Amino acid sequence: MRISPRGLFWLKVLLHISFLLPAFYLVALVLTDNAGGDPVQYIIHYTGMGAINSLLATLLISPIAKRFKIAALMQTRRLVGLYVCAYALLHISAFISLDLLFAWGLLFEEVIKRPYILVGAATLIIILLLAITSPKRIKRSMGKRWQSLHNWIYLAAILAPIHFYWSVKSEIIEPSIYIALFAVLLFYRKDSIYKWLKPKK
Amino acid sequence: MTGKKRFTQGIQKRASWHIPDNQVTPESVFNDRRNIIKALGLGALGASLPGQVQAGIFDLFGEQKAQNPFVTQGLQYATPAKFVLPNPKTPEDKVTRHNNFYEFGTSKSDPVDNAQGFKVDPWTLTIDGLVDKPITLDLHELTTRFALEERTYRLRCVEAWSMVVPWVGFSLASLLKQAGVQSNATHIAFETLFDPDQMPGQKSRLMGGGIHYPYVEGLTVAEAMNDLSFLAVGLYGKTLPPQNGAPIRLVVPWKYGFKSIKSIVRIRVMDKQPPTSWNQLASSEYGFYANVNPEVDHPRWSQASERSIGEGGLFSAKRIPTQMFNGYGDSVADLYKNIDLRKFY
Ligand code: HEM
Repeated sequence: MRISPRGLFWLKVLLHISFLLPAFYLVALVLTDNAGGDPVQYIIHYTGMGAINSLLATLLISPIAKRFKIAALMQTRRLVGLYVCAYALLHISAFISLDLLFAWGLLFEEVIKRPYILVGAATLIIILLLAITSPKRIKRSMGKRWQSLHNWIYLAAILAPIHFYWSVKSEIIEPSIYIALFAVLLFYRKDSIYKWLKPKK
Repeated sequence: MTGKKRFTQGIQKRASWHIPDNQVTPESVFNDRRNIIKALGLGALGASLPGQVQAGIFDLFGEQKAQNPFVTQGLQYATPAKFVLPNPKTPEDKVTRHNNFYEFGTSKSDPVDNAQGFKVDPWTLTIDGLVDKPITLDLHELTTRFALEERTYRLRCVEAWSMVVPWVGFSLASLLKQAGVQSNATHIAFETLFDPDQMPGQKSRLMGGGIHYPYVEGLTVAEAMNDLSFLAVGLYGKTLPPQNGAPIRLVVPWKYGFKSIKSIVRIRVMDKQPPTSWNQLASSEYGFYANVNPEVDHPRWSQASERSIGEGGLFSAKRIPTQMFNGYGDSVADLYKNIDLRKFY
């Protein structure tokens, strides 16, 4: 199936709206006092879910594009990927500003001492690197190295649901479902992952 | 939505024209939803929609608060000076809207959203086991058998947030003394109501967070007899709302919040340590004692400080150092003189 440039433009508009609306909805919930008596954990969870859902969406694009032969879809990956980064940044900003209340020492300690925070931080670093190197100009100047850097998304796709699973007190059903979903999406890419990991001659 | 039906939040009486639950959207919720629509900049669109449609839009987003608020009653009580705290109290609307009560769902706002239809009448609290005279108390006796007093306690959640809460109730010791604890008793076991029809978290594993219900807790006899151990029947001068553990709950302020079991139906005096819910679920993270202790971290987060939830908005909270035994060491440290608190966390 072919999508005209105009069609692609509107698809992108639609994607922007679908990723922005939940963020505005959260702001509205908080402003109208509808995010619970103490919205801090609510905001951290909401933005964490925003990040992991966007990550899932990014990884869904190429299987859908291949399955339904819509090559133009591949051009939406950068847009969706940047929303992963945006939600992840909101998530960690909420954690630092609302939960830790800028106790930087504590943040440092937690990142070192707590494996689930460490895993979250590693995921964030990967996502940040990918976002920073995502503009076309940088992509061109990086040449082959760009693809090998962007393969790290596979690692993020493993780490993010582990961070989720590890962060909960007892509600393991939902994170388990996410682990399974990401596993399926990674399995779909087993050939490229194998090629990536195979020692280069 | 037909005509004008007014609901006021948090009031004491149910009016005679009371309409069955879920038929009407309370005006407060309705207005909240309108505010959301406005805040989204969709005012013009929203205003043109009929009420049910407007409310329905927000049900799509999982907003389900269309229940009449639970009815609480004013209480008579004394206010002994030794249980007054200088700290500013956590406002009532935060104490009643930020709860861990997995029987009604695992998110902090689930209990207030899902528990308003909870029935506390009839209620039976049974005190039995190794006692001279087993006792059963009905709902009325919970608030009339013992002289009530108000005690403002710090509450420290194991998740590293805290509140300051004015409870109304009576000491656990006064109840146990009436029942007569026998000399061979060592522990007291507590049990929450098991009623999956009323408590959706007990029905669905997804909602109940994987806890094995009914929720159970326990104390040693010495801990239970300590002056601080309290059975609360009220909060902010009124009977407890369901999300805070109506009609009767335990409050042991030197221990993490999960020890303070809610909606109790049974207290059993035993000669061995009873199982306790969080300990059963993850014994490496939650011990039987669960004393507040800034020096023993939870395996996944630090317990050295806490986010104190007080008045004001999002950015007004403070991070404060956590105190040993939550600041109640003078009254309880003696209980643990011979115990290694790192091992028995
Ligand atoms: C330095 C980076 C990060 C830190 C410090 C961090 C911190 C946290 C914390 C403290 C929680 C638990 C909140 C609570 O239970 O109260 C959490 C949950 C979560 N985080 Fe992160 N996080 C980081 C990065 C990420 C990234 C990159 C993602 C996704 C791509 C992510 C997704 C999630 C999800 C899905 C949850 C679970 C939400 C829930 O409890 O329902 N986090 N994170």
